[in-house]
Amino acid sequence: MNTLTQNIQTIPLNHYIILCAIIFAIGVTGVLIRRNAIVIFMSVELMLNAVNLLLTVFSAYRGDATGQVFVFFIMALAAAEVAVGLSIIVMIYRNTNSLDINVLNRLKH
Amino acid sequence: MRAKDFVIIQMSLFYFIAFLSILFALLVIFSKNPVHSVLYLILTFFTFTIHYILLNAQFLAVVNFIVYMGAIMVLFLFVIMLLNLNKDTEPVKKAVVKIASVVGGGCLLATIVASVKALGISEPVVLKTADLGLVKHLGKVLFGEFLLPFEVSSLLLFSAMVGAVLLATKDKSNA
Repeated sequence: MNTLTQNIQTIPLNHYIILCAIIFAIGVTGVLIRRNAIVIFMSVELMLNAVNLLLTVFSAYRGDATGQVFVFFIMALAAAEVAVGLSIIVMIYRNTNSLDINVLNRLKH
Repeated sequence: MRAKDFVIIQMSLFYFIAFLSILFALLVIFSKNPVHSVLYLILTFFTFTIHYILLNAQFLAVVNFIVYMGAIMVLFLFVIMLLNLNKDTEPVKKAVVKIASVVGGGCLLATIVASVKALGISEPVVLKTADLGLVKHLGKVLFGEFLLPFEVSSLLLFSAMVGAVLLATKDKSNA
């Protein structure tokens, strides 16, 4: 395994940054174009994962394990966030019988 | 000769997996059925796991596999099945709003890419310490330097669990 991964590192750092930027932008676009609350939530997960990958890349690039520990904490936080967020979505569905976020405009009044 | 072939194979593997990540991420946000979105999201997370393995971050690869592809995706699928949303009856936004959103996302991407180009760093990612992402090394850092945040995160997970149970149970007094 070590010999396998020592040879691989010929990919420029820029390509990793651009890959993560593309995935992050896709997540932002997903939040903007969809009206289903669950799909919006999934787009947020996409953005979180893009940032996780970039942190890992920089951690490997700098030779510093702190970045990977941060990614571990972000994953624990994402699990908590998903649990609370999905229960809020279930509550919204019980109260309004739909997952359309435009229904939540009512919160203004 | 053999090492050079190896490098070429692994570079092309990276670009192939990167292409798959972007493709599945696009499919997540553009598929009409929420169940299909979740399944494409699982595939996206799987490609991310392969990226972690390519970076020799084995611990993160396993955690990503278990936490994201196991726990979080099961949670998403359960909620979708529970709410009986596996049908294509989602109201869609107006075309103008959609085009504006895509343009907005593209502008964000263009800004980031342009700033990366302006930065002009393009050295390859070289693993200075090969065993950086192994459990043995990460465990020492996690339970040494980051012991307090680790314990606090257990508190966070506990409060999230209590909050989720509190929110998702039916309110008997109102019903």
